[in-house]
Amino acid sequence: MKGLKRKIDSIKPHFEKGGKYEKLNSVFDGFYTFLFTPNETSRSGAHIHDASDSKRLMITVVIALLPCMLFGMWNVGYQHALAIGSTDHNIFSLFLYGLWQTLPQIVTAYVVGLGIEFIIAQIRGHEIQEGFLVSGILIPMICPVDTPCWMIAVAVAFAVIFAKEVFGGTGYNFLNVALVARAFLFFAYPSKMSGDNVFVSLGGEKAIDAFSGATPLGQVATATSPDFVINGVTGAPVSLADMFWGLIPGSWGEVSTFCILIGAVILLATGIANWKIIVSGVVGALVTSCIAHHFANPLYPVSYLTPVQQLCLGGFAFAIVFMATDPVTACRTSVGKWIYGFLIGAIAMVIRCYNTGYPEGAMLAVLLMNCFAPLIDWCVVNSNIKRRMKRLNS
Amino acid sequence: MAKTVKIKRGLDIPLKGNASSVIREDRSTHLYGIVPDDFPGHTWKVRVKPGDAVRVGDVLLSDKADDAIALTSPVAGVVEEIRRGERRHIMAVTVRQAEEGESYREFEKATTPEGVRALLQASGLWAMMRQRPFDTVPAADSVARDIYVTAFDSAPLAGAMLESSQADDFEAGLKAMASLTQGTLYVGIRAGETVSLPNGVRNIEVLEMVGPHPAGNAGVQIAATRPVNKGETVWTLDSRTVARVGALLRTGRVDWTTLVDVTGENAQNPRRVRTRIGAALSTLLEGFTKGAASDRIISGNVLTGIKVDMKDGFLRYPYRQITIIEEGDQADEFMGWASLSPAKFSVKRNFPAFLRGLSKPFSFDARIKGGHRAMIVSEEYDKVFPFDILPEYLLKAIMARDIEKMEQLGIYEVAPEDFALPEFVDTSKIELQKIVREGLDYLRSEL
Repeated sequence: MKGLKRKIDSIKPHFEKGGKYEKLNSVFDGFYTFLFTPNETSRSGAHIHDASDSKRLMITVVIALLPCMLFGMWNVGYQHALAIGSTDHNIFSLFLYGLWQTLPQIVTAYVVGLGIEFIIAQIRGHEIQEGFLVSGILIPMICPVDTPCWMIAVAVAFAVIFAKEVFGGTGYNFLNVALVARAFLFFAYPSKMSGDNVFVSLGGEKAIDAFSGATPLGQVATATSPDFVINGVTGAPVSLADMFWGLIPGSWGEVSTFCILIGAVILLATGIANWKIIVSGVVGALVTSCIAHHFANPLYPVSYLTPVQQLCLGGFAFAIVFMATDPVTACRTSVGKWIYGFLIGAIAMVIRCYNTGYPEGAMLAVLLMNCFAPLIDWCVVNSNIKRRMKRLNS
Repeated sequence: MAKTVKIKRGLDIPLKGNASSVIREDRSTHLYGIVPDDFPGHTWKVRVKPGDAVRVGDVLLSDKADDAIALTSPVAGVVEEIRRGERRHIMAVTVRQAEEGESYREFEKATTPEGVRALLQASGLWAMMRQRPFDTVPAADSVARDIYVTAFDSAPLAGAMLESSQADDFEAGLKAMASLTQGTLYVGIRAGETVSLPNGVRNIEVLEMVGPHPAGNAGVQIAATRPVNKGETVWTLDSRTVARVGALLRTGRVDWTTLVDVTGENAQNPRRVRTRIGAALSTLLEGFTKGAASDRIISGNVLTGIKVDMKDGFLRYPYRQITIIEEGDQADEFMGWASLSPAKFSVKRNFPAFLRGLSKPFSFDARIKGGHRAMIVSEEYDKVFPFDILPEYLLKAIMARDIEKMEQLGIYEVAPEDFALPEFVDTSKIELQKIVREGLDYLRSEL
């Protein structure tokens, strides 16, 4: 590695001020610090520092996302095979099919998002921030598999510029970047983001006669009677186990509750995600869906789903583990986190059950609570201030 | 009467390089320097000229506005140099020790509180105190609501404060200090240790501190008893200063000898040295370093100390510790963010270090180990910050220079050193102590 370091150090002057490639300084610095931990030493205050940095933080989240991503890719292939009636269920060929469908989306998201980050970092003259390493993988995972790459490119550009960089970059955004991209797609191209034709990749092949590409939540939302049956792509009924393991159509990265649980364990064991948000979010969802289930009404068919089904279906589990816990956009105080998580769970279920226009409410619930997080924190901070003022007056 | 205070939020950083308690006498140092920047809150004016002969306790510098508060010479000899930096800023006043015997300035013994106050100010011991708010040397007419004496240092590799032979002086000093406040004099000791208190003094209370660093910091002890409100002032000092007060009252002479723990992984044969405050490092550290350019020499501990130069630096306030660690700027670490090495210390569990246990000694160098970012992780600081203060919000108020918010969020209760551990654990590598120092200075200038 010494040789590589020497080589890179020798070209470094070209990228510094006055060098040939001065305009690529931030990009060079980004790659340099990726390869070699910066040996900048402390100039003021504490002389020693903890080894953790934001690269480590973001990479841990990406690792936690891997089970969902790999399973999602396989499931794309599996749903495809079911849809066209293929009997070839070789795990590798299914995975390769899914990889082939989803990799362009991931590459598009990274190229566009990191490209914008590089340019803005250069203009502002600061280091490249790692936040998009996570957003870039999240965005394709929460989209239908048939989302065209150009749509992802447009959504990523919108989200990175208007949800993050205009506020100052990673750490200053108040909305979750990945969810802004998803919401942008949802409202700009609704026909490509919901319905029966986007969640299962047919790859130009002819589907079997009994094929139905609707997601379980989509089916329930349009059900006309309370005794509906949720069907898979072949028309066979879907069991609770299928929902848990993720053998259902949906936004490709978020179908498997099991893989999301693995991710949650990684995030909680490493202490990256805040357990209070996840626990209170699940409690909020369970409480609300219990109430909805108890007062189930044919007008709102989703309320007939049991609380456990509610947790396993749609994007809720994924959103509460990977989106709600984004430290920048969540509440930053301890008490605030309990309230924030609970309300995300509750609002997600309310939207699901009582707003038949949106089969899934997790995205909107998280975005809404992102907006309210500063207000919740303000109340918590004010209670701290009040305590201090009381002491002063006594 | 003792009160037990338990601290949970904190961290003992396990550094290598503990000093052995064998005491080495420093006989080779003859140059001493007093750095006025160590005593914030006052504008110091030099009262001597190079070539002037001074005794131990003679005034070197005094407050420009109020001549009463002095910084005095630690040694008898000749003023060698007034070191100045940019814009004639005084960097240090140095005194070369005379070869023949010591001569002392004889102070008159004080019996009244006013007398003690005047004596402290004239002898230079007053400047060894700090006040909250602002973490400055108290003004000459300052009225202390309470006084906090820290009798142990919980910082990494710090040594014991007092020797057993100083018990009598410490008691006498406590009695004198307690007379300076209408409130209480609190003595913070580590739970399990004992302290001897003067008889017949009612307003002394012992705080037995339990828990990790920063249990020994005055700020934590204040927060656990009576936090500082707007308009109040408390004084803080260490037990060594108290013992010096006692010695001054007993002998009429001010004693500037001090025990310095030379510590750290790069210190050869780390041990205690008996020297005087302001000792020149080039001689004080003889034999402790190989003089390698890759050594970072810190006067103080690794969290709050000052980076000093072996060649022309001096032992700096609070004159108790030297830490020598690797600078680390030559390290080439390939993809350090992906490292699974158990040798990397982190309080986060996404490093394997926690598997081997975080109490065993680790190697540290001075690298910040990451890039500067905006605040990302929340509640990170709270885990090592044992105050009823929301550190993140206070810091943001300081950065925004929002005085009303700073006051509401508790800036009067804190000193930069209270933010040393948050700065250590910070994922975003923000210079928190600097921010707090600048905020306190700004607030003081605006009031």
